[in-house]
Amino acid sequence: MEITIPPFDIKSIAPIIIMTIAGIVVLMADVFFKRALKDKLAYLSLIGIIIAGVVTFTQIGPTVYSFSDTFVVDNYSVFFNFIFLVSTAIVILMSVSYIKQEGINYGEYYTLILFATMGMMLMAGGSDLITIFLGLEIMSISLYVLAGFRRNRLDSNEASLKYFLLGAFATGFLLYGIAMLYGATGTTNIKEIAAFLANNPALSNPMIIMGSSLLIIGFGFKIACVPFHKWTPDVYEGAPTAITAFLSAGPKAAAFAVFFRVFLVSLPALEPKWSMILWVLAVLTMTVGNVVAIAQTNIKRMLAYSSIAHAGYALIAIVAANSLGTASMLFYMLAYIFMNLGAFAVVIVLGRKGEENLMIEDYNGLGYKHPLLAITMSIFMFSLAGIPPLAGFVGKFYIFSAAIKSGYVVLAVIGVLNSVVAVYYYLRVTVAMYMKPPEREFAPLSLSPYMIVALIISIWGTIHLGIFPARIIEFAQKSTLLY
Amino acid sequence: MDLIGYVLLFPIIGTIINGLFGKKLNTSLVGIIACTAIGLSFLVSILVFIDLLKLPPESRLFEKEYFLWIGSGSFKSIAGLQVDPLSTVMILVVSGVGFLIHVYSIGYMHGDDGFYRYFTYLNLFTFAMLLLVLANNFLLMFIGWEGVGLCSYLLIGYWFEKKSASDAGMKAFVVNRIGDFGFLLAIMLIFVTFNTIDFTEVFLAAPEHLEVGSIVATMIALLLFLGAVGKSAQIPLYTWLPDAMEGPTPVSALIHAATMVTAGVYMVVRCNVLYMLSPFSMTVVAVIGGATALFAATIGLAQNDIKRVLAYSTVSQIGYMFLACGVGAFVTGIFHLVTHAFFKALLFLGSGSVIHALGGEQDMRKMGGLKPHLPTTYKTFLIGTLAISGIPPFAGFFSKDEILLEAFTRGSLLFWGLGGFAAFITAFYMFRLLFMTFHGKSNMDKHVEEHVHESPMSIVFPLIVLAFLSVVGGFLGFPAASAINDFLAPVIGGGGHLAMADGGEAHHVSGRLMYSMMGLSTGIALVGIFLAYVMYIRNPDLPAKIVDKFKLVYKIIYNKYYVDEIYDATVVNPTVKSSFFLWRVIDVRVIDGFVNGVGRLVELKSEVLRLFQTGYVRNYALSMLFGGVIIIICSLILL
Repeated sequence: MEITIPPFDIKSIAPIIIMTIAGIVVLMADVFFKRALKDKLAYLSLIGIIIAGVVTFTQIGPTVYSFSDTFVVDNYSVFFNFIFLVSTAIVILMSVSYIKQEGINYGEYYTLILFATMGMMLMAGGSDLITIFLGLEIMSISLYVLAGFRRNRLDSNEASLKYFLLGAFATGFLLYGIAMLYGATGTTNIKEIAAFLANNPALSNPMIIMGSSLLIIGFGFKIACVPFHKWTPDVYEGAPTAITAFLSAGPKAAAFAVFFRVFLVSLPALEPKWSMILWVLAVLTMTVGNVVAIAQTNIKRMLAYSSIAHAGYALIAIVAANSLGTASMLFYMLAYIFMNLGAFAVVIVLGRKGEENLMIEDYNGLGYKHPLLAITMSIFMFSLAGIPPLAGFVGKFYIFSAAIKSGYVVLAVIGVLNSVVAVYYYLRVTVAMYMKPPEREFAPLSLSPYMIVALIISIWGTIHLGIFPARIIEFAQKSTLLY
Repeated sequence: MDLIGYVLLFPIIGTIINGLFGKKLNTSLVGIIACTAIGLSFLVSILVFIDLLKLPPESRLFEKEYFLWIGSGSFKSIAGLQVDPLSTVMILVVSGVGFLIHVYSIGYMHGDDGFYRYFTYLNLFTFAMLLLVLANNFLLMFIGWEGVGLCSYLLIGYWFEKKSASDAGMKAFVVNRIGDFGFLLAIMLIFVTFNTIDFTEVFLAAPEHLEVGSIVATMIALLLFLGAVGKSAQIPLYTWLPDAMEGPTPVSALIHAATMVTAGVYMVVRCNVLYMLSPFSMTVVAVIGGATALFAATIGLAQNDIKRVLAYSTVSQIGYMFLACGVGAFVTGIFHLVTHAFFKALLFLGSGSVIHALGGEQDMRKMGGLKPHLPTTYKTFLIGTLAISGIPPFAGFFSKDEILLEAFTRGSLLFWGLGGFAAFITAFYMFRLLFMTFHGKSNMDKHVEEHVHESPMSIVFPLIVLAFLSVVGGFLGFPAASAINDFLAPVIGGGGHLAMADGGEAHHVSGRLMYSMMGLSTGIALVGIFLAYVMYIRNPDLPAKIVDKFKLVYKIIYNKYYVDEIYDATVVNPTVKSSFFLWRVIDVRVIDGFVNGVGRLVELKSEVLRLFQTGYVRNYALSMLFGGVIIIICSLILL
């Protein structure tokens, strides 16, 4: 048997290579920096991200397959790469003072974040189930470690271990699903799977259906949809807050990127099957996420359930299975990283070592003591609740329109009802800030310049996408040509 | 013309600087920043105007598009600015008169605690007003429209610790909402009809889409006019404007005389294509305008507050502008808008100078004999009064006379009669005001009289400039060679699609008719002035005797026909009462009860669901497995 080595197209994976190099450089440089100067590692990471961003920018345009069709650069993956890079940059900005305060400012921290981002980019551009799996594992393993980064804290260790055990369990499902699809179709390439299913009876082949169901379980775990969501609150609560923010943004978006690509590109033949299942999962995810969030008293857990609920909204877009749906999901992911990362950033600002102030009642009276911070938090809460003219509203609006366009009116109605429920727990934070007397003295805020930049970017994104969504929506609509 | 954006940029920069840092800056710097911002805006407006003049008349339309603002389905709104003769005239007036009033305000508001707040609002107002007239589509115009409404509210209630001021602000806001509601509906109807809200596209499509007299055209025109009626204080929504005089006097001059209240006229002229498609709505505009002109003038007869007299006169003068629009003489309406901006700003600022000199006194019965004390103010005020009364060669004469002529030739004897009678009353009450304030014997309190002094330079200077404009402004529309008519002609009728559209209106009227009409209207004004002279200078006892004789009529007019009371009894009180019912009974008991009930239910459910979150990995894994099995079974067997 003759083995042909596929042409090595560096340009298409350039951003991934840059992220890898950046991670390695940070790891090397770590040796030479004193503990107090580890802030500088953040600069190195940001430089890497910016270069990767510029390179990604040059990739906008035609769709290019490379490495024997296992990797693809199209506007869809480019859009996601931007989401990953922006969210990673914000997370790094909000980490600098946080990890110092928590005493975990080791160089590996940034390296692992960069490697995780690299894995996400591999997922978004993966055009073969194996590539996707590779990216997913690179990302996940980095995240397992990051979740347990506060190694002297029991809850952080617990989070890490739980995440790892359940993640491994889910990976099993995923891999088994890939294997079944390979067994049935003889290929792992998502285009070839699609071609195979188009020419052969798919709906009557139990192996294919079983395989695709297992994929739903595997991906469902990563996006934290009900009933595969249980790890989320525990991990979110235990992980360092900056990592919780990271978990809720990039990795989730990456999982959605894969979910959409695999199901819309390679499995459209099975749509009658999975659309019903995902319909139910979307409803369950939204409803459970929102309802349970109401009972939370810890803001990190509340945001964890809120992120579950938001995954439910994004699932609506996949059920809609039209180009507007994909565009709206892209927009929503972008909007979501701004508002969610912003909310976590405020949580970090309010906390300090040994006194994290994670209870919602810790926010009582914040509006009088720190009006600017309270307004910032309110903007994020309003946006998460989907109140115009902020990003969250526009995102939801487009998702629900996509569902209606495809005829899923009931689903859209359930989504809207869920948004109404969600308003309750988001506004509870605002109510605490403005309508309750402060229960304690607020220490002066320790706002590092990095954190201020992170907050400004988040606010800007949240407001800008809310008022001027047109340009991004236009780009998102150009980024859906993956059918 | 690419500079057009700067017209808007400077005022908003001024707003931002003064709004954010004004509290810390010293007051003279605040004033300089605000005035510079508007001054630069005015200079840019002049440059744009010159650029526009260089183009041949038929191609004087320039749209600068900035960005796609909203795009959803077929709805598209591109934020852009439109430069054409109409918007250029408006930005010149707004930024020019605005600049003078800003300068005036430095002297007038000197020593006020909220100095920076005042200038922040005033700059913001100018920005919004310029946006209103420069917008290239209905929605953007609406943003400016609401923006000026907001600033008007803020500035009327500027001295908010005074209850009457904050009430007046509220009233202005609420009454305007009625009009805004109509405007919004009109925008929606326009979008539904034409599938666009861009001015150029709508006006191009309108004559092809809609027949003359069609119901849709009438609906659009009337809904738009409802917006104009609210903003421009016409019957029946005029009641907010007299109360708006609670604001500082320069605000009354800028917002409630020269610019904002005339926005309705601008809007009607901008949409002239739509109006020409609906003769019925044209008649409505003319009738409302004519009726308001007369009605408000009669109220002005019996008011004693100097600013209120001017407020009713503003309502009446705007009525003239609508009368002109209603008979199809749109350009004449704008002409009167411009001259009115000059002389009414002058009159308000003059009255402000008087009030300033008297330490805040506004009651004319406590004035009198001020002429020697305030020589410059008197001279300029006299010019303004002659201008509004329609005495040649002052500005108001040309524009008002042209309106009367148009009302006669295009409209009917009725319109001419309304306008002519109103002109007579106007001349009378304006000279009554002048005589009561500046002539006769002094009725001032002793200690006030000792402190009377001519106002400082920053107050007097704008008066002189405006007086000059009130003298020469009329020659813009000098009948034989009407510059303003020719300049504005391309805007009317969507570039000549409609036969009715002729900008150069007065030309086809025979010279004899024109000059005899001129003579007649001058005569009317002179009779009014003479009557005022007889009653307030020669026989000062006469007014009291007349009042005695016509007690009932006087009482009705003095109380402004009890319109406020009627509105209170028929609209305001029932609304308030039913609101109380809705609040106490429907909202608190029914809706809150329901919502709280649902909330409690959800919380209960939430607590139950929370119990599943045990914290054990084995339970989590089990639930995953369970879920996975169900999914697989469902997809294999059930579906």
